[in-house]
Amino acid sequence: MKRHFRDIVPFDQDSADRAIEEGHGLHPLDEYLKPGRIPHIWCPGCGLGVVLTTYIEAIRRKGIPVDKCVVVSGIGCTGRVAGYLDMDTYHTTHGRAIPFATGLALVRPDLHVTVFSGDGDLFAIGGNHLIHGARRNINLNVICVNNFNYGMTGGQAGPTTPVDARTSTTPMGNAEPGFNLPHLAHASGAVYVARWTTFHPRQLVHSITETFDKKGFTFIEVIAPCPTGYGRPNKLGSGLEEMRYYKEMSEVRNGADPSKAEIRLKGKILCGTFINVERPDFLETYNNLVIAKAQGRDKGKAA
Amino acid sequence: MAEKDVLTGEHFIHGDAACAEGGLAAGCRFFAGYPITPATEVAERMARRLPEVGGIYIQMEDEIASMAAILGASWGGVKSMTSTSGPGFSLMMENIGLGMMTETPCVVVNIQRGGPSTGLPTLVGQADVMQARWGSHGDYGCIAVSPASPQECFDLTILAFNLSEMYRQPVFVLADEVVGHMTEKVIIPPREQIHVAQRAKPAVERSKYLPFESTGPMPAPMAIAGDGYHVHVTGLTHDERGYPVITDAVQERNVRHIVEKVRMNAHNIIRVDEVALEDADVVVIAYGCTSRVARQAVEDMRRKGHRVGLLRLVTLWPFPSNIVRRLAGQVKAFVVPEINYGQMALEVERTAGGRAETVLMGLMGGSIHSPQEIQEVVGQYL
Repeated sequence: MKRHFRDIVPFDQDSADRAIEEGHGLHPLDEYLKPGRIPHIWCPGCGLGVVLTTYIEAIRRKGIPVDKCVVVSGIGCTGRVAGYLDMDTYHTTHGRAIPFATGLALVRPDLHVTVFSGDGDLFAIGGNHLIHGARRNINLNVICVNNFNYGMTGGQAGPTTPVDARTSTTPMGNAEPGFNLPHLAHASGAVYVARWTTFHPRQLVHSITETFDKKGFTFIEVIAPCPTGYGRPNKLGSGLEEMRYYKEMSEVRNGADPSKAEIRLKGKILCGTFINVERPDFLETYNNLVIAKAQGRDKGKAA
Repeated sequence: MAEKDVLTGEHFIHGDAACAEGGLAAGCRFFAGYPITPATEVAERMARRLPEVGGIYIQMEDEIASMAAILGASWGGVKSMTSTSGPGFSLMMENIGLGMMTETPCVVVNIQRGGPSTGLPTLVGQADVMQARWGSHGDYGCIAVSPASPQECFDLTILAFNLSEMYRQPVFVLADEVVGHMTEKVIIPPREQIHVAQRAKPAVERSKYLPFESTGPMPAPMAIAGDGYHVHVTGLTHDERGYPVITDAVQERNVRHIVEKVRMNAHNIIRVDEVALEDADVVVIAYGCTSRVARQAVEDMRRKGHRVGLLRLVTLWPFPSNIVRRLAGQVKAFVVPEINYGQMALEVERTAGGRAETVLMGLMGGSIHSPQEIQEVVGQYL
């Protein structure tokens, strides 16, 4: 067949360079952000900026070179975190950040692989991958930003939306209970489980630095305001008012039983590092058991 | 350790095992999969063989995860593959699209069985031909090879890896249950006789590197994780830097690149086997196990003096349009035996453009054609 297409507009390197020259380097954290990617897409009052900043602060505090850091994300507002960080970043399909990161982490044990994604991405469409990643104890740090709804698509109910909460798809109130994420991560086998809110950036930075030292599957839930999608229909007020709610209603209890960490609408938020245990990760067992046998390196050992 | 990856010598193995050996010889060191008949034996062979060469085998929770994991491993700088059959291939479509959009080399082996849905798990089908071409949403170029023997399972899996590295995209080995489960002699040549394409690395500094640039129309060299190029890889429409840009102009460039790099290079990718085409009045076009039957039918008829030829498709996609178009001016009919309701026959008919008749010999799956059936149909057009 004959083909007619519009002319392709070539990439304008000069204007891209100019944008970077004019806008990059003004903020003290710009060295950690991809040149020319700011302004971000997040709404005023959104908690994602806090989470992004705490991650950067954690790698800075640990002194980990950015060339050794990789971020993998799924789809949604949190999924966009990857695109702003100046390192190797992978923005994958909806729910599939963990299996993608699994492949990457297994072939590159020299890299710190962090999965950033939202509650809907990790626990609805990606729920199966999360429980299996935790069970296998893949060496991944998962940071789940929970804002109790699908923000990117305009505030629909998700797997963490509490009973009775209003969203655009639960206009009369949600008939389903939400998941207790720390409990689920713990039951699936995560070696480190913590929850903080965006009102706890110092504790969150500390938690993220702890996960860089852990071998295996770590899980941090960050409760974050979504004034546009979730705050408005549930009369939680602005992002600032939600922070006030976190301040008043959160209770820090390190070592608490994650089964008691359920969150109800406008209810108490149990925070802290709940679980911190040691268990061989997938690669350690694979190398010591499978590869050693296949290559005859375990010969002579007692059976 | 390394010497075990190429098992030089004569083997008596089935096609599934030969696909695994082809992958290993091509340098595959990561396999993620999920059990499914009739492709399970590929995974089983990999589970035993990969640890011997220091590679990683992992059984994932489903085929969605398997496909995602091999993309991740590929960005980690390791050649990766998975294997599956129809139902699993359907589940992989989502991340096959991600692989096409992010230009990620990897190989997907599909040992086809009868469909749709659960269909005929243990019996042959060839009905994923169009799904391989069009299965994931949106436009992209497709490269698929179709082995007709265990030997070709070995050879073409290596070719699939080489093409995937060259064109930076997932490549399909579209085998069928008969070939996958057929046991024959497979000769694995000495390592130095096996051509293995190595992944090109960027040669420029970071500020000059455009990871998704299109050059004539070939993909840019690929910077992997940890190389210091800080690449952003996204399934969103992206510019040459990999940054998401949601505009029609960038979509135009992005999609045309991933389609055209295959279309414009089709002449370098296409491989066919031409048997007695010169003076043929009728040409049988076949692939996979069906091409073996068709060859028998054609050779028998030639011996009896009939002017019949065979065009065996070694690559299914891109389709050899130029060859079929040329033959369409010469022959009375194309006879297309395939184990589906007419998938490649559509492509033949479209390309013939009404200048020669296209005759579908479809089987819905579970059995193969006999040479006699093909001869009978061919005979009607001589």
